[in-house]
Amino acid sequence: MIVTDTRTGRRPGTLGDSAVRPDGVAKVQGTFSFSSDEQIDGCVFGATLRSPHPSARIVSIDVSGAWKVSGVEAVLTAEDVPGNATYGLVVADQPVFAADVVRYVGEPVAVVAADHPETCQRALAAIRVDYEVLEPLLDPEVAIRGEHPDIHPDGNILRHQRIVHGDPDATGDVMVEGTYELGMQDQAFLGLEAALAIPEPGGGGIELHIATQWLHEDRRQIAACLGLPEPKVRLVLGGVGGAFGAREDISLQVHTCLLALRIGRPVRIQYSRRESFVGHVHRHPARIWMRHHATTTGQIVKIEARFVFDGGAYASTSSPVLLNGITHTQGPYRCPNAVVDGWAVRTNNLPCGAMRGFGVVQACFAHESQMDRLAEACGLGAVEIRLRNAMRTGDTLITGQVVESVAPVARCITEADALPLPEEPVGGRDGDPMRLPGGAGRTSDAEHVHRGIGWGVSIKNLMYSEGFDDFATARCRLSGGVVTLKFATAEVGQGFVVIAGQIARSVLGVDEVRLDTVDTDIGSSGSTSASRQTWMSGGAVDAACRKVRERLFDHVAAQHGLDPLRLAIDGTDVIDTMGTLRLAVEDAVMGREFDETVEFRHRPTEDLDENGQGNCHTAFAFAAHRAVVDVDAELGLVKVIQIATAQDVGRALNPLSVLGQIEGGIAQGLGLAVMEEIVRNAGYVRNASFTDYLLPTSLDMPEVVVSLVEEPDPQAPLGAKGVGEPPCISSTPAIVAAIRDALRHAGIERRLDRVPVRPSDIAL
Amino acid sequence: MAVVIPIDLDAAMRAASAAPDALILAGGTDVMVEVNAGQRRRALDSDTVIVLDRVRELRRWSHDPERRTVTLGAGVTYTELMTEPLASLLPALAEASRTVGSPQIRNAGTIGGNLATCSPAGDTLPVLAALDADVHLASLNGERTLPVGQFMLGVKTTALTRGELIVGVTAPVLRGAQGYAKVGVRNAMVIAIASACVIVDEDCRDVRIALGSVAPTIIRCPDAERHAAANLDWDRGRATPGVAAEIGERAAADARPIDDHRSTAAYRSRAVALLVGRLVRRGFPDA
Repeated sequence: MIVTDTRTGRRPGTLGDSAVRPDGVAKVQGTFSFSSDEQIDGCVFGATLRSPHPSARIVSIDVSGAWKVSGVEAVLTAEDVPGNATYGLVVADQPVFAADVVRYVGEPVAVVAADHPETCQRALAAIRVDYEVLEPLLDPEVAIRGEHPDIHPDGNILRHQRIVHGDPDATGDVMVEGTYELGMQDQAFLGLEAALAIPEPGGGGIELHIATQWLHEDRRQIAACLGLPEPKVRLVLGGVGGAFGAREDISLQVHTCLLALRIGRPVRIQYSRRESFVGHVHRHPARIWMRHHATTTGQIVKIEARFVFDGGAYASTSSPVLLNGITHTQGPYRCPNAVVDGWAVRTNNLPCGAMRGFGVVQACFAHESQMDRLAEACGLGAVEIRLRNAMRTGDTLITGQVVESVAPVARCITEADALPLPEEPVGGRDGDPMRLPGGAGRTSDAEHVHRGIGWGVSIKNLMYSEGFDDFATARCRLSGGVVTLKFATAEVGQGFVVIAGQIARSVLGVDEVRLDTVDTDIGSSGSTSASRQTWMSGGAVDAACRKVRERLFDHVAAQHGLDPLRLAIDGTDVIDTMGTLRLAVEDAVMGREFDETVEFRHRPTEDLDENGQGNCHTAFAFAAHRAVVDVDAELGLVKVIQIATAQDVGRALNPLSVLGQIEGGIAQGLGLAVMEEIVRNAGYVRNASFTDYLLPTSLDMPEVVVSLVEEPDPQAPLGAKGVGEPPCISSTPAIVAAIRDALRHAGIERRLDRVPVRPSDIAL
Repeated sequence: MAVVIPIDLDAAMRAASAAPDALILAGGTDVMVEVNAGQRRRALDSDTVIVLDRVRELRRWSHDPERRTVTLGAGVTYTELMTEPLASLLPALAEASRTVGSPQIRNAGTIGGNLATCSPAGDTLPVLAALDADVHLASLNGERTLPVGQFMLGVKTTALTRGELIVGVTAPVLRGAQGYAKVGVRNAMVIAIASACVIVDEDCRDVRIALGSVAPTIIRCPDAERHAAANLDWDRGRATPGVAAEIGERAAADARPIDDHRSTAAYRSRAVALLVGRLVRRGFPDA
């Protein structure tokens, strides 16, 4: 029997259905096992000694005190690393342990293992490190000017890339410019870094249970540092409590394995929240100058820009983050001429790398602020200026690359514009303070509140760029009407665990789909980042399922003397489209097993040349955000009332999951707009706790109204674009624009060129 | 480490006397954060922890209608302060309690704990200061009562002596408007960047103003209070915007704020001036 949803005609659990995630109930009820919940008997605990200085020479390390603490089983420093002394996603420039110098506050210097976490803390306190404090390099401009000695053998410039496109001398009748700054945002995942390493007897190999975004890349770097061949390092995905880019780099992986191999027993390390703030990379703080030239009617003629990204002490992914930033200078708008200068530099600040939006968040805040200034200069509205310049499929980017993706920019803007404005009156209802700026603090009365509306529109590249061999692997087994899928795709909350099953049910007409353990026993799926897994791992699962279906059809066709091309899946049956044959998939399989493994690749990309020209990206997604905010201008407090968004999703394979990504991304974009920043002073972190690093609460989250723009992308294996990043990219500038608008209604002009916008930026 | 869990005040005092350096645990919403952050490690190594949440005398509160006072046990939680009838007896204290943390924190955190921690950002403290509340302390050596202004000595520094416990606090039930307002960067669950409490005593035609997060500890604003008493239209219960703003400015002049990772001194001064002015206008609408 085929059960269908009477409203949609869709079989539950297939593509297009808002199928319920297999991990959903457990996560809501608190029974889901996160990486930090994993413990086994006889487990030893590890902990990390970190640099208290942003820059210092290590004169000596005396670990003898740690050994005197009862219960200590191992103390390791740089000299105990058997393989490569350094690791890194792009270049291996980051030491497993600092040996001669420390380059940021929080850099690992030593690890200990002991019978209890408390013993570990005592052992760490007993290690004596003699530092000679050095003058830190903290200002990126100083690094660019070459005014500070190299703080690393690889130099202080992580990447310098120019883009020169069209006529660099072109000018427009209208010019607007600004310098924009973004603070350092933390991914602030709730599930802290945790790992459990189990050594093979004899120490010839290791198994690591780890919350990560990319098992195989972790394995490559871990094996190199351990001096083991990759097959001797097995990784199993632990329950991941959020990632947002912060689990792309190595943090505690190598340390945990080293300790376990040294003492021959399982070792587990878990970071505290305070430690987590220095234990992973962050979003790059940035300073971006932009000058837009346009005609008097608002057509963009040329954009000049200069990007400076502070990469902190180590390279991480600064190079591709910078590339992403500068190649998205124009935003989702046509731009015939451009001159862009991009710098990513090394400093003694915290290392920065991947975070949701990956360089485009920074570019978007700048270009969207510029679009509003351009609108004002041309006497146009925020919507009109964007529609006049909206990019279309076939347009050429400032890199010379032609946009082949579906590019419904104008449709995103008009659909967002058509969404209803909030019914909530200015200043809330019934004097409920929770509806006013300041919320529970009862700071504001309705008379203090002004409402503003602002826009942000974005373009985001999907998948990996610049010639990277980006692929995903999946295995599909069909046996007795049950499909088992295996892949190494990290589920970090995005929902691939539900999408994978929906694909198999749609392609193979089965109801029951089992997901095998996520580990390195199969080929790589690539990283859960760059909005890529639905496209890439989804593409791999789809291809593997289709291959199994071909073999099933061959088998059925042979049994019934039919041409396999006549066969199709209808509901849960195999049918002959030109005859009467109809049999349940389960019966069609008839005791056989079909087993296929597929590697899926997106089309290749290229490096940029010295003028920043080249087909460096593979596909793009777009989103428009309209923010409505209420602002208490005197106190500088903001209450975001509504975000309306229309997002180019290609095809919504699971509308509820898409909605979840949109709402979550908006929360993160709102955080960057008005509260989230790692506050630093001379290289030291001032707010490494959730007491002072503020994340939006439910009282800060606005109503979100959504229009899904579904134009299936012919390049995408399932027609679906990645949806994870766009919601957090243009929501930030939309909120800031709405604050500027509200202030204008209050008779106050503020540029608000820096995020997060602080109350003092508005009020003073 | 020894953990003592007394069930009455006498046992608690005996425990505190026996271990005068003991770590006192009430709701745990400050102490446990410090423990988890590793800041209390040495204390935990050697000391005793005295857990107060089962001491029944501390969990009670009473209303004396004749003397028009409420006496709160030190273990009364923020949630209880927000609940009727306490919320109507001490409305500013209820408003301040609502600004503390999340529901879970408010269910655990206590007024005695807020006093003992004595953070300049403690949310109930400006209200207690503006109410001229009395803090009751007790040890095996006897009981004593201090005006809250003499109890709070500085940043996380109080008049508590070794072996002494906070038993409770007595505050007057006043006729007149009162309110608490607090600026943070988030709409809830946030540490105060600046806060203010304005209490009106209509019977005495008196206004009390206290500020939080703008000095090492909570401050009162005598100049602004005198200006308010003299310039508010008591008969009609009205104030011009100019009078309210002037009261705010005078209050802010007593603030001694600093720059830190949460905000700047300049913003804090501006904020308390506005908050006080607005609180006055809530009690005394347009003339």
